[in-house]
Amino acid sequence: MERLLRNENETEALGLALAAKARPGTVIALIGDLGTGKTTLTKALAAGLGIAERVTSPTFAIIKEYAGGRLPLYHFDAYRLGGAEEMYALGFEEYFCGDGVTVVEWANLVEELLPEDAIVVELAYGQSADERLVRMKGACDASAAL
Amino acid sequence: MKDGHLLTLAMETSCDETAAAVLRDGRTALSNVVSSQIDVHRAFGGVVPEIASRCHLERINAVADRALADAGIGFGDVDLIGVTQGPGLVGALLIGLATAKAYALALGKPIVGVHHIKAHICAAYIEHASLAPPFLALVVSGGHTDLVRVSGYNAYTVLGRTRDDAAGEAFDKAARALGLPYPGGPAIDDAAQNGDARAVAFKRALLEKDSLDFSFSGVKTGVLNYLNTERQAGRAVKVADVAASFRESVVEVLVAKTLRAAEMHGETQVVMAGGVAANSRLRAAMDEACRAKGLRLYRPSPALCTDNAAMVGTAAYFKYAEEGADDLDLDAFPNLPL
Repeated sequence: MERLLRNENETEALGLALAAKARPGTVIALIGDLGTGKTTLTKALAAGLGIAERVTSPTFAIIKEYAGGRLPLYHFDAYRLGGAEEMYALGFEEYFCGDGVTVVEWANLVEELLPEDAIVVELAYGQSADERLVRMKGACDASAAL
Repeated sequence: MKDGHLLTLAMETSCDETAAAVLRDGRTALSNVVSSQIDVHRAFGGVVPEIASRCHLERINAVADRALADAGIGFGDVDLIGVTQGPGLVGALLIGLATAKAYALALGKPIVGVHHIKAHICAAYIEHASLAPPFLALVVSGGHTDLVRVSGYNAYTVLGRTRDDAAGEAFDKAARALGLPYPGGPAIDDAAQNGDARAVAFKRALLEKDSLDFSFSGVKTGVLNYLNTERQAGRAVKVADVAASFRESVVEVLVAKTLRAAEMHGETQVVMAGGVAANSRLRAAMDEACRAKGLRLYRPSPALCTDNAAMVGTAAYFKYAEEGADDLDLDAFPNLPL
């Protein structure tokens, strides 16, 4: 399923729609170049879960946890990781199989560790500076979010 | 204790530097040893947590021994152990913390856990004997961009912080997009030397009029959009111009927000802290702006801006003086709040 996101607001709307579909154990894999809206989408998803705390880029910390919403949010960033082995050492399985929603930015770098039922969201630059192309795979009712 | 002075042995392992230092009475660094892992991590374009922990473990004891030797003291002279407790990579923090606890237990000396960002701010006390609170601090690093009001040696209030990317992270990512090496700050600084800072008009995210928050995600995306557009049009990109224009947009916002915060809170002293505070253009621009506004600016030398243990020793000294020691069950907190 592929769609054009015309601006940042539509990226946020997608994040909110994913939040509405999220259940305990949901894993959302975000793939896309720098600046395509991965953190923007995650911020909206957190807001949709009712998390009041400010969600910031996890690049430096690699993992950030947010409580206080309908479900806890575990926000990973594989950008600085050397590969799947590093992710494994961080104890990712406890998060994936836990009671919350896990978002993995730069998920393509740790692809082999993602569970089979992960929702894969690929973001790419569109024609204009504001546009993004999104392609989604995974749980079919999540694709309905598009 | 030596000649009536309190001696602190401090350790810092929150990210990719293994560091130890000895402080005399909190403000004098008798030694400041930093063993960097940057070469190890450069191949990956960033810090790799497992490698970081392993490197810390291999180096920490030797680095601490060296700090004592450089200071001309032995373990028996140490009165206080200071260590970074967070925020940072948990595996990396734990190495410093475990080592510090072992020293404290073996020597029977008190231990104090320190907040990494408070330590960055405390770095300014080392080279400026007359500096005392209250003052305003701008903390800019790879993981943080905070404006902090310091009203006492242990009284910190966050006035503003980044809503998305930290300033240092924006430098790292822009550098990667431009094909420049890690860490991005010095690489962009070098590349921008002969560049025209007005060549590309990147957006300045000043946010709402009364906000002291930052946002650097937009300028990062701006650089990527610009590079995409130029490539699609088949035009050659002048890396020096893009680097200079990008740096200027980040620096302008950091300076403008610092001045705004000083005005809103009636502060007359400004302290720069964190790795990005070593950036040559930021230092020059902040100098000029503070002079024009009659603000007194304190900038630690670059070696005290980037991660080091001397700053941890200073923070530990002031915390111990007012709040006493921590227990030995002291834990690491990757997301420790300020």
